[in-house]
Amino acid sequence: MAGIGGKSGESASSAFAPIRAWLIAPTWLMIGFFLVVPVGTMLVYSFLTKEFRGGVIWEFSLAAYDRFIFDRGLFGDEPPKLELTYITIFARSIVQAAIATALCLIIGFPTAFYIATRPVSTRAIWLFLVTVPYWVNLLVRTVSMKFLVRESGPLNTFLQWTGVISEPLQIINTDFAVQLGLFYSYLPFMVLPIYASVERYDFALSEAAADLYAGKWTILRKVLLPTVKPGIIAGCILVFVPSLGAFLAPDLLGGAKNFMIGSLIEEQFKGNAGNWPFGAAASMILLSMVLIVLLFYARRQSVRAGA
Amino acid sequence: MALASRNIRKYPGFFSMTLLCMVLLYAPLAVVAAYSFNDSLSITRWGGFSFRWYLDVFFGLEADKFRDAAWNSLSIAFLAATASTIIATAASIGMVRGGEFRAKPASFALISLPLMVPEIVTAVATLIFFSAIGFVRGYATILVAHIVFCIPFAYLPIEARLRGIEGTFEEAAQDLYASRGQAFRFVLLPLMAPGIVAGYLLAFIISLDDFIITNFVKGAGIETLPTAIFGAVKQGIKPNILALSTLMLLISIGFVTISYFVSRKGVKPGGHGAPETT
Amino acid sequence: MKLWKLCAVALLVAAGAANAEGRLSVYHWFEYIPQELLDKFAEEHDVEITMDTYDSNEAMLASLKAGALGSYDVAVPGDYMVQIMAESGLLDSIAEGELANLGNVEEQWMDVPFDPGRQHSIPYQWGSTSFSVNTDVYGGDINTTSIIFDPPEELRGKINVLDSQGEVILLANLHLGIPQCSTDRDQLRQLDELLQSAKQHWASFGSDIAKDVLVSGDAAAGMIYNGFSAKARMEGAPIKYAYPREGIIVWMDNVVLLKDAPNRANALKFMDFLLEPENIAAVTNFARYSPGVMGVTDMLDEELRTAPESVPPADAPAGTFIAVCDEETQSVYDAIWTRLKK
Repeated sequence: MAGIGGKSGESASSAFAPIRAWLIAPTWLMIGFFLVVPVGTMLVYSFLTKEFRGGVIWEFSLAAYDRFIFDRGLFGDEPPKLELTYITIFARSIVQAAIATALCLIIGFPTAFYIATRPVSTRAIWLFLVTVPYWVNLLVRTVSMKFLVRESGPLNTFLQWTGVISEPLQIINTDFAVQLGLFYSYLPFMVLPIYASVERYDFALSEAAADLYAGKWTILRKVLLPTVKPGIIAGCILVFVPSLGAFLAPDLLGGAKNFMIGSLIEEQFKGNAGNWPFGAAASMILLSMVLIVLLFYARRQSVRAGA
Repeated sequence: MALASRNIRKYPGFFSMTLLCMVLLYAPLAVVAAYSFNDSLSITRWGGFSFRWYLDVFFGLEADKFRDAAWNSLSIAFLAATASTIIATAASIGMVRGGEFRAKPASFALISLPLMVPEIVTAVATLIFFSAIGFVRGYATILVAHIVFCIPFAYLPIEARLRGIEGTFEEAAQDLYASRGQAFRFVLLPLMAPGIVAGYLLAFIISLDDFIITNFVKGAGIETLPTAIFGAVKQGIKPNILALSTLMLLISIGFVTISYFVSRKGVKPGGHGAPETT
Repeated sequence: MKLWKLCAVALLVAAGAANAEGRLSVYHWFEYIPQELLDKFAEEHDVEITMDTYDSNEAMLASLKAGALGSYDVAVPGDYMVQIMAESGLLDSIAEGELANLGNVEEQWMDVPFDPGRQHSIPYQWGSTSFSVNTDVYGGDINTTSIIFDPPEELRGKINVLDSQGEVILLANLHLGIPQCSTDRDQLRQLDELLQSAKQHWASFGSDIAKDVLVSGDAAAGMIYNGFSAKARMEGAPIKYAYPREGIIVWMDNVVLLKDAPNRANALKFMDFLLEPENIAAVTNFARYSPGVMGVTDMLDEELRTAPESVPPADAPAGTFIAVCDEETQSVYDAIWTRLKK
């Protein structure tokens, strides 16, 4: 992977190579022992026979994956067709999470940039201002967001008072409400990583570009954004991935009319269905999808670092 | 030149976006705070002004339960965020400053794993695992589970920050015969500080908010705020939850104020990327 | 070596002593029992109570199945869950004569379909589930399940249904006059079609929010538990609780003796304690449902004794418990539910 020319500037980045194993070991131990082992169990479960009303029977079975892919009708005895239900649910969750991530980025990037360009002494205050609301429980926050945007709520009253709209906006129980809820659930997870990157940005680079008569927005696009990209990517991962499995915003703001990945999987473990192997299989499919994207990203990162 | 550099740090619309961000963040909380003073049982209909729900939080039937729950939540969030930030800081140095090694993509996948597994699966799987190894459920099991899922939230901002720091800094320090430890302590750590603060804060709030995993790995007699609140909601959300939430807000604002005064003492003016002690 | 043995013995004695002190481990819903009552029991019997809580029957089942069995003495599952737990071997049997106060149970709650003869459980609280309608929005006849499945113009798009497969499917079965757990394919298809066509009129699925959406006016009609509806009314919602002539759902929470209970004797004492009218009256006044024990009525709040949600009209239909279906029918129900929410 490492390019041949990767010498001078990059060689310093392995200053801690001799002890890297020690540095990463605690992570390996904690996650390896307390998560990989349990998740491995789940992987095994996804290939077992379901026990009625929760639990598994130790017999190999592909029924869980079969159910994900093939539609055999209401009574399970029709010739198999391609099952679209779960693909639809996955696609819906991905779209909602993507829009929420975009909203977070649109609002979060300027905020992070603004905070990072404040005087050093006030930056910490701004950071805390972004995280203070998160001391209030997610459920309470989501319920109050719902209160704000309901048909006869403050937002509609205000907009009608200003004359912007004549009829109240129907926001709750729509897709937009879900996106808004996800956005509100995870906003700081976008702002903080971007802040950490922009704070390190050397504005001499912008000045140099300005001296070459580059416009402000060109500088932003061509100089600043590429430099702070790691922060933006970290933020997007931290918003997008948890949004995929979120259940509170879809339930409370979206009206729970349609399953999302999170509620579908939860139904298998906590609902009437009690189909653990299917819940495990759906999780493994989700896990491998995200894993492939992340590994692709990690590989590109290390290729770039090496070249 | 000075004028130009000031301009370069400013983009039209960014300040209004920041304002919008703050309005969006705080408008729902204004509702929470306002309705915590509601005299009726409802959280949607105003029934007059009253302090009764604050009295309820301190002296009501469930007061002890909620106080213990708040204490458990805060102490677990503090311990889990601290532990996971330390683990994540070490890991990020190993990953970014450790050169190329074959297990790197695998390590990255491992660090991100807690993010990727749906919470309910982690919850059931962890409970099965803890029962199998005979780990008695209680405070310790919650703490361990929280440290594990906080790691990626602490790691990603720290790693992003570290990528932005040129390797020449530590190299120069080591050229001046600083040990690796000294290079970390006096050069790298101060430069990484904003990333570490960001990671710590994210780990803290994610731990404070966790419900699904906690609900499965907590043992008899232990509640955290989210499990207490989700449980209480079965009987409908009462304004006492809002009063409790407002009190949590006040506590957090208290922390901010204290840390502001502490950090004002610690910061020397003018330094580029000077460390913020928060 | 001797010292080591001595320590081991001391440890064993200490452990034994801790058990003998008297403990009781309760697995319960949150805020479903007044703290004073727990304190009273602890004092009367010199027992230390630890309580853990869950937020749904299914979450409790999953937790017990995932390895928590053996750490609790009693739990408080709903009706159908008692049967499921018994069938899954999670419950211990109560032998005849082990409960001194079993005779206090009201006749109608002794031979219940989910636990015939009360071998594993005693009644805790019961109530009904139907729906409530905002009378400012709709003034017509509300005592029909058509309100939910074929709503009048005024209510369309303003209905909240419980996010719970059991209740929704049972109400749909009552609407169609189909027996529960029917294996008749035409009837099951009819059920599927009814739910698919009714969904367009529903604004949301939600159980915890069932009360708040009626109080705030987000929904003009909604499936709801009777006690919840009474609370909504007292908070100012202009609603009426319906007793549909097609039938009404009845539910009951029960205290069960768990298998491998570490403190079985104290668990039985606790169950006896909850069968005393005075004690279960305290629960009812706290939780606002109905007790299943005789001689309690006089100890209840005036409001509770007269609430229209607790006192059905004379012509109200008999209640139906959610039945526990076999695996084949249940998997069709699961498929119907998934299709409804896909």
